[in-house]
Amino acid sequence: MKLRPVTDLSGLPTYGYGPQSPIWWGTLGFMALEGMGFALAIGAYLYLYHLAPGWPLADRPPNHWPGTLMTAVLLLSAWPNKLVDRAGHEEDLPKVQRLLIVMSVIGLLTLVIRFWEFTQLYVRWDQNAYGSLLWLLLGLHYTHLITDVGDTLVLTALMFTKHARGKRFSDVSDNAFYWYFVIGAWLPMYVLIYWVPRW
Amino acid sequence: MTDVAIRASEKDLRDTDLAAEDLHDRLSRAWGAKSGLIGWLSDVDHKAVGRRYIFTAFVFLALAGSAAALMRLQLARPESQLIGPDLYNQLFTMHGTTMMFLFAVPVMQAFAVYLAPLMVGTRNIAFPRLTLFSYYVYVLGGLMIWVAFLMNIGPDVGWFAYTPLSGPQFSPGKRSDIWAQMITFTEVSSLAVAVSVIVTVFKQRAPGMTLDRIPLLVWAMLVTSFLIMFAMPAVMLASTMLILDRLVGTHFFNYAEGGDTLLWQHLFWFFGHPEVYIIFLPGTGFVSQIVGTFSRRPVFGYLPLVLALVATGFLSFGLWVHHMFATGLPQLGASFFTASSMLIAVPSGLQIFCWIATLWGSRPVLATPMLFVLGFLFIFVLGGMTGVMVASVPIDLQVHDTYFVVAHFHYVLIGGAVFPLLGAVYYWFPKITGRLMSERLGKWNFWTAFIGFNVAFFGMHILGLMGMPRRVYTYQPDLGWGPLNMVSTAGALLLAASFGLFFINALVSMRSGAPAGNNPWGAGTLEWATPSPPPVYNFARYPIVRHREPLWAEGDELPVAHGLMVSQRELLITTLTEARPDLREGTPDGSIWPFIAALAVAVAFICSIFWAIAAVWGSALVGLTLIGWFWPKSVTEDVT
Ligand code: HEM
Ligand SMILES: [Cu+2]
Repeated sequence: MKLRPVTDLSGLPTYGYGPQSPIWWGTLGFMALEGMGFALAIGAYLYLYHLAPGWPLADRPPNHWPGTLMTAVLLLSAWPNKLVDRAGHEEDLPKVQRLLIVMSVIGLLTLVIRFWEFTQLYVRWDQNAYGSLLWLLLGLHYTHLITDVGDTLVLTALMFTKHARGKRFSDVSDNAFYWYFVIGAWLPMYVLIYWVPRW
Repeated sequence: MTDVAIRASEKDLRDTDLAAEDLHDRLSRAWGAKSGLIGWLSDVDHKAVGRRYIFTAFVFLALAGSAAALMRLQLARPESQLIGPDLYNQLFTMHGTTMMFLFAVPVMQAFAVYLAPLMVGTRNIAFPRLTLFSYYVYVLGGLMIWVAFLMNIGPDVGWFAYTPLSGPQFSPGKRSDIWAQMITFTEVSSLAVAVSVIVTVFKQRAPGMTLDRIPLLVWAMLVTSFLIMFAMPAVMLASTMLILDRLVGTHFFNYAEGGDTLLWQHLFWFFGHPEVYIIFLPGTGFVSQIVGTFSRRPVFGYLPLVLALVATGFLSFGLWVHHMFATGLPQLGASFFTASSMLIAVPSGLQIFCWIATLWGSRPVLATPMLFVLGFLFIFVLGGMTGVMVASVPIDLQVHDTYFVVAHFHYVLIGGAVFPLLGAVYYWFPKITGRLMSERLGKWNFWTAFIGFNVAFFGMHILGLMGMPRRVYTYQPDLGWGPLNMVSTAGALLLAASFGLFFINALVSMRSGAPAGNNPWGAGTLEWATPSPPPVYNFARYPIVRHREPLWAEGDELPVAHGLMVSQRELLITTLTEARPDLREGTPDGSIWPFIAALAVAVAFICSIFWAIAAVWGSALVGLTLIGWFWPKSVTEDVT
């Protein structure tokens, strides 16, 4: 078969942002399937809640303060997250470096808060199904926190090396994109874990 | 600045003015795998990964098939002493689990890994390292469960492992843990491949391949990948909860502590029903390609066929409860799920009409792939009919857990998926290996499979109606089930022989089959534009697509694009709907890290069966390997 060149592609850029880039779609794909996991876990909670004679199956609902603090920190972190995303687009290295450090610190802070949350549930995972659910929900979200914080730390380190150029800026904005998902996924869990038992 | 430095040299050479030979040499160097064992383990070429994936899936088919043959030998006569109840339990569990999780789903995804990039006209799959990683995770998961079986700790609670039977109280020991962990392995791997396939189809289609020019098989793979994405998390969640119940004392499925056993069934079947379509839709894709090629005309009803795929995808999520009719659901709920179960017959029926309309009056070439398609049509229609029967609650309550159901789902699974799959192997084998499979052996293969299958499974409908329950290791002579069981076993052996012929045909043809040339069947889609087997870089220049069947429409001159780098791997990224060229993006070279990461995952998963705490240090280990994986190894990786 003969090949007849009709188009020249040499002028195309070598990386892009957002929906232009395959990584963005890959991230979206993982968000969708992880979101499905969250939704099903929430479904399992509501299902058992619906079957139970009373709720919570413990003397008292969890202390909501750690969770509320977590929610506040996560919501506030959306602001620097937006900034780092923008700095990534602008390929402004010093700004990206500064903001990534901010995001890393916030990330580490959330990991600590989450630890505190676990201690204030007032129910163990092996006490009853309600306890199991709380630990599962919190644990599921925890793994996402850890993953993204880990990713942020590595990326921050990377942006201080000679690799900090080109496509790495697009990686910065994809990392920020995922953090929004971590925030968004938390909100229904927060309501479910801390406020549904107080209804 | 540094950008300029890199651009200056030879490195930035483009394919534009290179002659064919020179281009081939340079592209082969840029895209080729490194030599040696490490190079082999690191190869991220989607064709290499796809070939290994397909091969491995067929190994699991052979293993699961052997388990089936043993079961059939045991059941041939009443009160047979060949196999005891414990081993029998392990056998049907291993058979069902392997067939569903280690053969049927992976083999379809394996074909997607191999074919989707070629059919959409790109040089590699999106996220090739992730795809390689998922292959290793899959192999290690399969290895784990079969080694466990050989050590007599194979799972024995059926392929859907209902609680409370599979829970800590009724299944002490490690058998159910092995099962649950194998699920997690395979789902991780399926999900990763699904995302890679989706992004490949979304962003890497050749310029001009608008949504309505995507080959039907690729549509099927796309819809299947979405089904995987939304169905598999359910079973992963379920298997995680099960293993937590078993290992750290949670109570998700423990009725006494506020849990619920039916929660397991809901989660499992929320996945389990779409699973059937995950297996079946790629089968319909194979059928569409084969029917089009052998009737020498575009498949009738492209748009309805695509819509049928999408509709089936959506509907398949509204059906899971029909597996639970025997659990005493509220009346209204049951009626709803009966209606939706019957509704899904509509798009399937529509597809069948479109294929028949394509074949009508076309004098199709009856080569082996086409025979398997015709066999599929016949068997699948029968399976669909019994499916509509069991979708109705009163019938289901009668035949629930009998051989009627075993017959039904083998008609659907073998008819709907395995027959098209075998047809697909005959059809694409020449592309993959460069040689045609023997037609003579192929005809023998088909007829023994077709006759053997029907002899093995038709009688099971009647056995079921006579009351023979599934999952029993033997039965008394006075029940009168002996003769039909003997017939069924004879059929199963014939079916097994047909698979023997298939494997022989494949092995012999790989060495000494007739050379295939680029396009032995005169097909119209892009994979046939490449040599057979395709070079590592797939396409010397990116094809430009102006028709649904480019090779039929363009004659012997294919319009192509140029301007890509030749010194390093570069992919063309296009826009989602119109496939306009958008980026020239780098794609990873081979890497050993996916293999190392998969090993770490295996260590974490397997150790956590024995020491729960391994989940923690195991995850840390996996995290470390991921850092090794993603940390850039050279500066060129940053710019491209
Ligand atoms: C190759 C020929 C095959 C034979 C002879 C065969 C035979 C059998 C038999 C006799 C059983 C019933 C065991 C029992 O209930 O006691 C069974 C169960 C099953 N088969 Fe097959 N089978 C074959 C192929 C397949 C294929 C290709 C698939 C799927 C793609 C499959 C999926 C299953 C499943 C899911 C079960 C249920 C296992 C359970 O009860 O947990 N089989 N098979
Ligand atoms: Cu179903």
